[in-house]
Amino acid sequence: MWAFINKLRSPKWFYAISARLLPWFWAAALILIVTGAIWGLLFAPADYQQGNSFRIIYVHVPAAFLAQSIFVSLAVTGLVFMVWKIKIADMAATVMAPLGAAMTFIALFSGAVWGVPTWGTWWMWDARLTSMLILLFLYLGVIALRGAFTSRDSASRAASVLAMVGVINIPIIKYSVDWWYTLHQPATFTVTGRAAMPMEMWLPLLIMVLGFYSFFIALTLMRTRSEILRREASKRWVRELAAEAK
Amino acid sequence: MRPKRKQKLFMALGLVSLAAIAVGLTLYALRANINLFFSPIQIAAGDAPYERQIRAGGMVKEGSVARNPDSLDVEFTVTDYVEEVRVHYSGILPDLFREGQGVVVVGQLQRDGFIKADQVLARHDENYMPPEVSEALEAAGYSPADYQAKAAEVAKRVEEREGASQN
Repeated sequence: MWAFINKLRSPKWFYAISARLLPWFWAAALILIVTGAIWGLLFAPADYQQGNSFRIIYVHVPAAFLAQSIFVSLAVTGLVFMVWKIKIADMAATVMAPLGAAMTFIALFSGAVWGVPTWGTWWMWDARLTSMLILLFLYLGVIALRGAFTSRDSASRAASVLAMVGVINIPIIKYSVDWWYTLHQPATFTVTGRAAMPMEMWLPLLIMVLGFYSFFIALTLMRTRSEILRREASKRWVRELAAEAK
Repeated sequence: MRPKRKQKLFMALGLVSLAAIAVGLTLYALRANINLFFSPIQIAAGDAPYERQIRAGGMVKEGSVARNPDSLDVEFTVTDYVEEVRVHYSGILPDLFREGQGVVVVGQLQRDGFIKADQVLARHDENYMPPEVSEALEAAGYSPADYQAKAAEVAKRVEEREGASQN
């Protein structure tokens, strides 16, 4: 276990191992998202009340899941970086934040598009929608803090602290629909598969969720690799690698 | 773990728990204000102010919708299966509006006890199903919404009301 963690500290080792993992995650993401999208958008049955507009769930729910998971990842990598000074954790946090912000935006936007025909309004200051908007601002704050310092170490530490403190918003988002009266309904999709949705609607959604996660992992690995090269450009192994490539 | 790292770990965790406590207390203090709407129980208990913009939510009572054939005026009852409140509205209703549907109405509570609504929003529940399934359920005498969940919710509301009347 400790040997593995020690290996993780080495950017060179990470660079090598991620090259082997990357094609698998890209393949999984492509297959799952294409299958899930075609199944969900074309073949899953329409909803008895919402008709076809319910299909927005196949984008909305995976995006919202990722938006929250990525922020938790930012907090964890932030803690790991602050306490153990593991550089890889900070590099991963740097590349994950914009993807998380994008996913939050997609969740908010697709929710608004769904809200117009379903609720009769695209926005309402209810607890779920507001806490999700705060998540978007937290992401923008994390990204902005990274750009606000001339020293990379200060920037990383500031962004880590904001991610760690901001993670309190995640349980608020998750439980807002249970704690308070909100316009947003409680969760339809659960991994335990409580029967709020029949199998032929639930399965493509599960595939989409898994596909989005694979996409997130693949993109994070790929972008962390380029971040490694950028930050370690003066190291010998990187220069040797560059010489080989020529 | 080296002492310095241990100290940093505790500092980080301490910072996060302090922030969590602060946010938790804030939310606890604001708990009533975070609710998007008043339920009919709260309105019956006199919690909602008169003639000020409020939101009320609940289910549209079955058989309560009365439309004026000459205009867009519509009247219906919002219920939480314990208490009820009558709503007067003039305008276009959302597509999902129907009897038995969850709604949020924005408007003013009048002294006569009804709500004059400016806006009616449909509230969707978490149950998704194909039309055939909902038809089969209805044929078998069930409402499409999850019966168990609804029964549990009503029980909780009755409890809430009993709690409220004790205060």
